[in-house]
Amino acid sequence: MTAADGGGTTTLVVRVENKAGVLARVAGLFARRGFNIESLAVAPTDDERFSRLTIVVGVDAAPMEQVVKQLDKLVNVVDIRELNPAASVERELMMVTVRADPEIRGQILDLVRIFQATVLNVGYDEIMVSLTGSPSRVDDFEDLLRPYGIVDVQRTGKVALPKLVKAAPDPLAP
Amino acid sequence: MNMNGGQALMKALENEGVDILFGLPGGAILPVYDPLIDSSIRHVLVRHEQGAGHMAEGYAHATGRPGVAMVTSGPAATNIVTPLCDAYMDSIPMVVVTGQVPYAAIGTDAFQECDTTGITMSVTKHNYLVTEAADIPQVIHDAFYIATTGRPGPVLVDIPKDIVDPNNPRSAMEWYTPDSHDLPGYLPNQAGDAELIRQAAKLICEAERPVLYTGGGILKSRGAEALLELAEMTGIHVVTTLMNRGGFPDDHPLCLGMPGMHGNYTAVTAMQEADLLIALGARFDDRVTGKVGEFAPLAKIVHVDIDSAELGKVRRPDVAIQGDCRVVIEELVKALKEMGGSEAQPDRNQWRSRISGWQERFPLTYEQSKGDELLKPQYVLEQLRDSTPSDTIVASGVGQHQMWTSQYWKFNHPYTWVNSGGLGTMGFAIPAAIGAKAGRPDRMVWAVDGDGCFQMTAQELVTAATEGFPIKVALINNAYLGMVRQWQEMFYEERYSEVYLTRDVPDYKMWAEALGCVGLRVESPEEVGPAIAQANEINDQPVVVEFRCEAEENVFPMVPAGMSNSDVVVDPSQRDQPR
Ligand SMILES: Cc1ncc(C[n+]2csc(CCOP(=O)(O)OP(=O)(O)O)c2C)c(N)n1
Ligand SMILES: [Mg+2]
Repeated sequence: MTAADGGGTTTLVVRVENKAGVLARVAGLFARRGFNIESLAVAPTDDERFSRLTIVVGVDAAPMEQVVKQLDKLVNVVDIRELNPAASVERELMMVTVRADPEIRGQILDLVRIFQATVLNVGYDEIMVSLTGSPSRVDDFEDLLRPYGIVDVQRTGKVALPKLVKAAPDPLAP
Repeated sequence: MNMNGGQALMKALENEGVDILFGLPGGAILPVYDPLIDSSIRHVLVRHEQGAGHMAEGYAHATGRPGVAMVTSGPAATNIVTPLCDAYMDSIPMVVVTGQVPYAAIGTDAFQECDTTGITMSVTKHNYLVTEAADIPQVIHDAFYIATTGRPGPVLVDIPKDIVDPNNPRSAMEWYTPDSHDLPGYLPNQAGDAELIRQAAKLICEAERPVLYTGGGILKSRGAEALLELAEMTGIHVVTTLMNRGGFPDDHPLCLGMPGMHGNYTAVTAMQEADLLIALGARFDDRVTGKVGEFAPLAKIVHVDIDSAELGKVRRPDVAIQGDCRVVIEELVKALKEMGGSEAQPDRNQWRSRISGWQERFPLTYEQSKGDELLKPQYVLEQLRDSTPSDTIVASGVGQHQMWTSQYWKFNHPYTWVNSGGLGTMGFAIPAAIGAKAGRPDRMVWAVDGDGCFQMTAQELVTAATEGFPIKVALINNAYLGMVRQWQEMFYEERYSEVYLTRDVPDYKMWAEALGCVGLRVESPEEVGPAIAQANEINDQPVVVEFRCEAEENVFPMVPAGMSNSDVVVDPSQRDQPR
């Protein structure tokens, strides 16, 4: 099972101090407990003192609680959110180069249109496209392209934010 | 004020109240050893950097103040990894300063370069690689804050040579006194949740067979007095783990002593039979619980710990309270008083009589030596206990002698027991005793050491002799790596593999003398008392008393590893007793 199917995985959104060595501390904590990180995305936040890590790990619940608590103890970790896939919006970016001899290029462009992907670069027998979407949609696109011959593929790992509240508060409530 | 990074480091350490520094110089840390000459801080020159680390730990154990060690880069830094891990496992506040190659040389495999912060990442509470001289005051201020607050632990500060070297422009800086911490991810919390404390108090008032299971958090939080009040008000018995020996007086009628693998029968069994365990600053270590699934099967759990990661790590608590042990106990006492204090406690006479029954049937015991048999180590420890002041500080190594010391000593004062519990580091005793003596020069300090352990760190007796720390060492020479020998006897069908150390090599008396100590050798029971008395009289030199002990003596009771605490193996003489 992979992170992309969402099976047996947890997404942690970890805000850390933007300092040298912090990623090693976080990654080391997982490594020490034998947990494999399925994907990891790191970027500075709007406040430059902090970075946000989106970590997808494949584990069952009990040791996860322990990892979260241990992560929280790291001096450079500011806060942690565990995101349930059903309650969050997840996105991932994929760049992929596919074999595309002129006679089949049209078929690939059909898929690009259906998925609303973007053509980034075209070669005489290859084409490079990108897609941003939910991890499962990106999986589907990758699966559909595979028979044509994937030359190169790069996925960012997912990033996520919690879903927003739909019902506005009652203005008459006390 | 303009100064260089080396001067700033010394000033920063002075500002943190450091009075003593254990260390050994070398290339990368050299520039700091120059301003040290003009500093008010005393430096103790060790013979091996592991010694510096354990001395810092011993100092912290005995005083509650952070121990500080300073060593150079590369091999010195790796030599101090064991004490860092030891301090991490036992939550000892400690700050270690290591030298590092110049900043620009980091990553080039420079002479005596090693990735100190990488190596120590998993054995420190936090560590720093300082890159600018101007950061030194703030980093040192933060390092002491982190080491001493929350769950205490070791912090390492790695300092590249160029930022402390006055000949290098990168060392120039302007002194400032930091007055705050910018640590957005570190906000230690002391107070426990009031509602949870009330729930815990309610469980206590309902329990028929409660036990206070107290660990090192009692001593770390300076909570011994609060614990005494809680126990006396509720009349609940107290077990003191290896890390909390001294945190509740052994002579107190409610004290059951040490639980666990080599705990006494009553402490082990009372926990097994309890209907409520009130775990205070204890972490359900495997040496305490035995087979976890069968540990205290009938008990509800109240668990108090400063470290929320301990709550539920091993055993799911019914009430989990994150907070400082002392603060929470004081609040718990208040809550219990509001519920009626001692009046509100149920009648527990039946439970009390079961406990006293176990105490009568299964006291600690051993068979005295006969004729020309060698000394029994337990006898030596009883004699030592009875002929030293009650506030004597005892440090021990790791092995059988450690368990006998914890079993047979009467700890009636907090901060008198200095030992390596979590990591179980052989060689801990001598340097830790030196550190304890440095912190408490007014106290008598004995190290109880094994012959195996002694050979790992004996060189620090030179430090003791030359730096004026008149510690005393009771060397339990059983000619074996005794604890391992016992396991091979009991679990490997007496197939002894690489555990015999020899009886006469080295000659410990001559070795002690060569190290600058008084060396005494004791072979018969009649000599034990006089030798201890002689050692107690000597205050201008360290003393080593070699007690030549029976080789085949085993530590009982024992819960074999992986077995349930209900299957505790008692002394052979007690095996017919009804449980
Ligand atoms: C550094 C280290 N190496 C190995 C061990 C494993 N070990 C635990 S107790 C022990 C024997 C200790 O021998 P000794 O110091 O003579 O004490 P005794 O058990 O005989 O009292 C050993 C080898 C350890 N705890 N620490
Ligand atoms: Mg031995």
